[in-house]
Formats: sequence, C-alpha cells, structure tokens
Amino acid sequence: MTKLLPRKDVVIMGLGWTGAIMAQELTDAGLDVVAIERGPWRDTGTDFNIGYMQDELRYSVRKELFLSPVLEAMTMRNSTDQTALPMRDYGSFLPGYGVGGAGVHWNGYVWRFFPTDFQLKTHLTQRYGARRVSELQLEDWGVSYDELEHCFDQFEYLCGTSGKAGNLKGQTIDGGNVFEGPRSREYPTPPLKMPYVSVLFAEAAKNMGLHPFPAPAANLSQPYVNPLGVAMGQCSYCGFCERFACANYSKAMPQTTVLPVLMKKRNFEARTECEVLKINLHPDGKTAKSVTYVDRAGQEYEQPGDIILLCGYGLMNVRMMLLSGIGKPYDPATGTGTVGRNYCYQTQGGGVRLIFEGKHFNPFIAAGALGSTIDDFNGDAFDHSNLDFVGGGGVSCGTSNGRPIGYHPTPEGTPRWGSKWKKAVAETYQNTMAFGAQGSSYPVRGNYLDLDPTYKDRFGRPLLRVTFDFPDNDLRMSNYISDQLAKLGRSMNPKELTVSHARKGWNSVPYQTTHNTGGATMGANPKTSAVNRYLQSWDVSNLFVLGASAFQQNAGKNPTGTVGALAYWTAEAIRDRYLKKPGALVQT
Amino acid sequence: MKSALAALMLVALAGAAQAQNQVAAGRYQAILADCEGCHTAPGGKPFAGGLVLQTPFGNMAVPNITQDRVTGIGTWSETDFRRAVREGIAPGGKRLYPGMPYPYYARMSDADVSSLWAYLETVAPVRHAVQADQLRFPFNIRSLMAAWNFLYFKQADFKPTLDKSAEWNRGAYLVTGAGHCGACHTAKSLLGADRAAALTGDSLQGWFAPEITGAKSRGVGDWSVGDVVTYLKTGWSAHGVASGPMSDVVERSTSEMNDGDLKAIAVYLKDQPAAKEPPLPSVARDDPAMRTGAVLYQNNCVGCHGWEGKGEKLIFPPLAGNAVLVQPSAESLIRVVLAGAQAVATKAAPTEPSMPSFAWKLNDRQLADLLTYIRNSWGNQAGAVSEKDVAKTRASLRGGT
Repeated sequence: MTKLLPRKDVVIMGLGWTGAIMAQELTDAGLDVVAIERGPWRDTGTDFNIGYMQDELRYSVRKELFLSPVLEAMTMRNSTDQTALPMRDYGSFLPGYGVGGAGVHWNGYVWRFFPTDFQLKTHLTQRYGARRVSELQLEDWGVSYDELEHCFDQFEYLCGTSGKAGNLKGQTIDGGNVFEGPRSREYPTPPLKMPYVSVLFAEAAKNMGLHPFPAPAANLSQPYVNPLGVAMGQCSYCGFCERFACANYSKAMPQTTVLPVLMKKRNFEARTECEVLKINLHPDGKTAKSVTYVDRAGQEYEQPGDIILLCGYGLMNVRMMLLSGIGKPYDPATGTGTVGRNYCYQTQGGGVRLIFEGKHFNPFIAAGALGSTIDDFNGDAFDHSNLDFVGGGGVSCGTSNGRPIGYHPTPEGTPRWGSKWKKAVAETYQNTMAFGAQGSSYPVRGNYLDLDPTYKDRFGRPLLRVTFDFPDNDLRMSNYISDQLAKLGRSMNPKELTVSHARKGWNSVPYQTTHNTGGATMGANPKTSAVNRYLQSWDVSNLFVLGASAFQQNAGKNPTGTVGALAYWTAEAIRDRYLKKPGALVQT
Repeated sequence: MKSALAALMLVALAGAAQAQNQVAAGRYQAILADCEGCHTAPGGKPFAGGLVLQTPFGNMAVPNITQDRVTGIGTWSETDFRRAVREGIAPGGKRLYPGMPYPYYARMSDADVSSLWAYLETVAPVRHAVQADQLRFPFNIRSLMAAWNFLYFKQADFKPTLDKSAEWNRGAYLVTGAGHCGACHTAKSLLGADRAAALTGDSLQGWFAPEITGAKSRGVGDWSVGDVVTYLKTGWSAHGVASGPMSDVVERSTSEMNDGDLKAIAVYLKDQPAAKEPPLPSVARDDPAMRTGAVLYQNNCVGCHGWEGKGEKLIFPPLAGNAVLVQPSAESLIRVVLAGAQAVATKAAPTEPSMPSFAWKLNDRQLADLLTYIRNSWGNQAGAVSEKDVAKTRASLRGGT
C-alpha cells in the first residue's frame, strides 16, 4: 500500500553535488525542499574517521563507499550486434553511493571546459569544414561559456579551489592555463605545492615550448572559508582522495562545503536510504506529479512535488527518465529520439611511464588533483588542420597516491611475484613518474544508453544498458597524444620509457574513469537534446535533469567543474525565471 | 468626539507597541537566561520540558513552562512566576530544586522578570506532561529545600559595585544573574552549594567546565576581550572551541546575545580573581610518557591540529594555549578523544566540524601518554594524565553517562 505524502515545492532525487547545490539555492529562494537519497547518511566525524579512513583494503580494494551492483547493476556491450551482459562488479567506472554521492570519492580536479566545447559543432564545422566531423554526432549545448562564467566561479569558490588563473578577463597570464576561457577573478586559494615529478614535468614541457600550469584542485592549499561560511582545512598531502572521503575537511565534498548549512534549514529535509522507483506524470504527460520511492523497510511512498529534480549520477538520471516514460528513447538505427543519445566516456590512454635511477619522488606525498598540467594538446587549443581527428586531452603529471596495495610499479619484464618482483618494486617505487591524457570523448551514432531487454533489478525494473566503444576519431586523437608525450618523456632521459596506446574494444572490467557523460543532453533543438539550455526536460516542464548527463560530448577534462557550474545555472533559471512563470522556459 | 476617539486609539496603539517591546525584551531575557536550553527536550517543542538533567543527586526532569493549563504554567500569575524564578517557590509553596538556577535568577531585576513573563505568555501552550523527578533519597523530599535555602540561598537583589564601570557592572549582572555561569563553572559541595571561589571550574555531567576567571592560561586572562566575545558569539576563538554542554549554551544563548552584553561579560570575567590553587607541574620533555605521546601525536593528530598544535581557524581547534586542556582535571579532554565531539554551529561559524572517536584505536596507557604530551607541549603546562583517569572515563562512557 503506497502512502501518499504531503506536497513539497521541490523533490530532489539524489543528494550529491548537484542535489546539495540545488537544495541550498532553492531553499534560499524560500522553497520547501526534500531530497530523497538511496544511500545512507554520511558525515566526516562519524563515517570518514581520520583514524581509519586511509584503509586501502576497505575503501579502495573492497570499495566500501561505492554503489554495489546488488543494488543497481548495468549491462554492457560494445555494439548493437552484441548481447549485453550484466557486470558482477563495477569496474571501468565506480558510481558513488550515499549522501555526497561521487562528490565524496572524487580526486578533486575543478576544470572549466573550453569556450569552444559548448559550441563544438559550430566551431569545428566553421574551422575545419563539415566533412571533418561527419562521422561524429556533435551538437552545440545551447549555452555559452560566457553565460556560464559566473556559475563556474560560484562552484570554484564553493570548493575553495586551489589554482592559478591563466586568463583574467582576457588578459593572458604566464604560469596559469593560457588556453582557458577568460575568468572574472583569480582562484580562491593559491596552487598546491608541486611535488618533484611535477616540477620535472613542467621543466621538460617548457623546454619543448609547451605551457605547464598547476592543475586546479579541490584539495586545498590553505585553510579557507567559503561564501556559505563553511570552513575547510589545509590539505595534508596524505594521498587518500580518489576512492576515499577526506577525513581532514580539506577536499571539497558536499559534506565539507554545503551540507553543514543546508542540513540546519527548516525548509529542507533529507530522506536517506530511500530509493526513487519512478517519476509519476499527470494524465496529460506534460508535467510530473510526484515520485514513488521505497524506504529501507520496503514501505512505498508517493511524494508529490511542484518541481522535480533528477540529481542522481548521470547514468541513473537517464535510466530514471526511461523507466518513467519521459522523452523519446534514442534509437541508434535511425539516430532519432533523445533519451540515451550521445553517451560519451573519457578516452584514457596516451599514457607514458618513465623510470629513472637515484630519484626520490616520494609518491606518497600526494593529493587527488596535485600536479602540473598542459592543455597544449587539449580540445581545439591546437590546430587540427593537418591532422586526421578532432579533440584532444589535458595531460597531467603529479602524485595522486603512492598507496601500498595499489601502487607498485616495476620495469618491463619483471616477474609478477616473488623476490625479484619485491626487489624491483623497492627500486622502482621512488623512481617512477607517469603522465597521460584525459582525452575527449565525442559522440557517435552507435554509442548510447537504453533499458536492457533481459536483466532486471531487485524491484523488477530493467537495468540500464550501455552500448559503447571508443570511436575511431578518439583513438586517432589519443594515439597522436601518445606520440607527443613520448617525445616529451624522451627529453627527460629516463632509464626506461613505456608508452601505452588506446585501443578499440572498451572493456568494462579494469578501472578506467568514472567520467560518464550524456544520455540526457542539453541543447537548442528538442530533436537532438533531451533537456533545454536550462536543463529543463523538453517533454515534462517541471522536471530538470542535472549532472553530466547533460553534456553533448565529454571534453578532455574531468567533468565535475562543469557539472557544478550547470547546477548553479539551473538553480538561477528556476529562481529567476521558472518561479515567476512556471512552464517551458524555452519555446519550441 | 472624533478627536477623543483618535486620542484613545493612539494611546491603545502606544500601549500595544509597548507590549510588543516588552515581549521582545522578554525574549531577549529568555536568551540571556537560556531558558529554552533546559526547558526543551531533544527534538521536543520549545519550553515544553522533558529534558533530563543528570545531577549528583539523581536525575531531574525539567518541567513544561509553556502556557498549557494542565501540564505547563498556564494557570500562573506574574507574581507566581516571579516567586518561582527568584525564590525557587512555585505556587502552593512547592520548593524548586536548584537545578533551576534561581539563586542566580534572584539577581534579575523586576523589570527583566516582568518582560520575561510577558514573553512566556506569548509561547504557544503545549500539552506535555513531564515525568516526576527521579532524585535519590533524601534529595527527593522537596520540603528539605527549605532547609537548603536557609543554609545557602541568599535572596539578594543585584547591587552594583560603585568603583567599577557601568560595563563591568552590566557584565556582573549578566554573569551572576540571568547568565548563571556559575551554575556550571563554580565548584559545588556535596549538597550542591557553591564550594570554591566563583567561576574557578567544576566537573559535571562527565565534562569539566573550565575556570573562566582572569587567570592566565587556565582562565581567560590571556584572552583579549575580543577573543571572549568571538568565542561566545561563534563558539570559536584562538584559545579554544566550545564543546560538550557549552556548545548548547553558545548555540542557544550567547551567540544570540548582543555585542555590548558579550563585551560586558568579557570585561567582568577577565577581572575575576584566579583560583588560589598552585600551578600544575610541568612534565619533562624526556619523560617516557612525553616521548610516547609525541609519537602518538604525530601519528594521529598532526593532520588536523598541526605540528605546533596551532590548529586552523574555524575548523581545527588549537591545542597550544587552549584553556580547556590545562585545567586541573583532564576529564573533558579524555572524553573528547575517547568519544569524539562536534563543535558548535552558529550563524557566524556554521561548519560544525567533528573530532572523531579514538576509543577503538588507543588504549588507556597510550591515551594517557598522548594527553600528557598535549597538556605539556607548546607552552602548555598541566601535569600528567594517568591511565586510571582514562580508564574511569572510558568506563563511564560505556555506562552511557
């Protein structure tokens, strides 16, 4: 028997980065907000204890903070002629779980996508001609970098981001990222102290005429109080960021930036361990009425709301739309339909590993986003006229961790176990540096998301099916960067240099990256996007879909900065436009 | 005729405005006296009572003081209220226990008590019957309170000290009156009467309420007036952070006080005489406990509190020069490391950071050494902590007290 609950102004599914930001902004606007979160409540003092947070076995190997496939699995395949199978364990990517979502276990890179990324189709077509991009399914995002600039700024200041501007109001600044879009002010805190590998990398890059700069990090270089009054501590360079929560209050997470203020508000309520089953529509199908969710005891509730916000992980948002019959599912045979369209990943690869002798790199002095980056080969920062691809990748070199179970580099040809292996690890641990590209991932017709026809979850709902392989364009891009990085590596005269190349045949088992994008993309055309420029569903006007699901393609950067900026952009649109006149914010 | 009516209406309006002002003033008195702090159960309706105070004499449930006529004080007159607040005698001659700090409230002025009553009259009635007290014999005999009052209670109006400034006197009025600071910070005898010099610290409810006189190090003598004001307003200062029962006081009472009153409190406290107890001995750096403690400190504490024990503003409390650390009793300190603690959240400092529990990780000996190190480093000088002290607190935490 489903219990009908009293109406709320706003019902949010998921209390991670976007859920927390939206709740904070909309409660400030006076609305009564409830967030329904599948996972448990989690807070620093009680769940991220400094005494045991650095338990690599528990958190990194056994993945305690992540979504378990028992709760929600997905099926995977490389192409439509294969049968997708469910994974037994999340591998290639690791969705977050619980309050804070993936914002708990991220490394902390806070990037802004390039201005051209938001108008990629128009920009590349104008610069290189339509033929060059004909194998890709590119779309503009319907919003410009200039429109989003103040939202990027808001997210960076919320997080206390440590970095150095490379373009202040159009003025290029040496030492910062000279390829970035103009920013209105400097980062809130200065860059982290660079480890030795990053210093060597930056020197070598400069010698080749490249432009290294400190990566913008949400691991803070100094104590900081954000605009909400929430204080954060200085990063201790412990190297337990990715796969871990920060026990030191020094990595920006919803817990360290928003929740202390949000949780005290009388017009906010969080219901944890409650899983949304579906969104219910009014009979006309044009507005959402409520969400149905089930609590830990198995009791089902219907929670009506005037505004519904999907703030889950991007992939879960897409699945929820498909399960609720919102929007037209994408069909790869015809390239029509919008929900599930333009699923993209991140093209890892182009990795270079260097082994030296007599160094003391101390890789355990580390932080998630600690390092030096070059954007010379990223996006369209370099001329592709004489190249056979579009896109690129940001290349970072730093120390994100030197953990005992996960990190023991050995030279090529070393046995996998035994005394020789031990000796090699002891010699190589202090002498290894690596850098690689965070490559762009551009959409093609055959990469998409839909509901699996066979496999179901514990509530009997179809699982999400991911159909993906690395597009040829992206592989050519990645291999080009491999070649450039090999040159850079050789200039540093290592004892051993290994170069890896991206290959066809995405494998869902080994960890690669949790940067899944698209599937509910934003745009100006309802035929090629699921949500408009304000992340409002074209089909259901009181539904907004937050997160990286809105990206028309993934850039050569970690997505969280853009996810945060889009959340502020949407909150502003709801507050300043939608509340004054509910209904479609963009007319078709 | 018309003008007479208008005049009458003006008088009525002025009267309404005055009443409005009196209610607002009374609300502020309720903040000064922190009425809501004790008269509200966790998660309960404001002023509806039910909070259980743990006292050496047994548990005491705090009554409902909303205007409910059956379970609250809806049948009281202002005179009844005045007598209860200032003399500890409820209607019908029922004696109140000094868990209700009427010996302090006795110094509140007539005007302040009147406005407090005017405010409480506007509080919505809540039907909430509070269980009777669970005091041990013979403390459960209310009439005995008459004897207690005879022995210890001086019904005295507040008398200004003429050679002190108006600000100092305002501070004295607040600290010894509505603020009832001594209820926790002044040591009590077995019978609950003041035993030691005022405000020199006392143990209660498993915490040690530190000395808050002008004493250097242990008190607020090293604090600037601004430091004290910041502490009371935000829960934070360069010398320490509110934790334990003081978090509630800061959250509900002092953070809502106006800056002038906070400054007056600071001026008064800084002028109070220090405890006459001799300074605690320092522990030598090469003492084995100090050496072990240093290693434990590096492995467990440095990440937040820093190598020099300086902490970080608004997030990690400083340990160097922290008054709570150098009290004669290490009770609060032991408790915080064993059980963890959460700093207070105020409008000015909403972060509410937590100290995690280390009970699972450090044994009694290790914890004693660690605390000995913290209490005797970076200029702190407060003697050793014994394994036995730690064991005692650990046992009491297990028992849930």
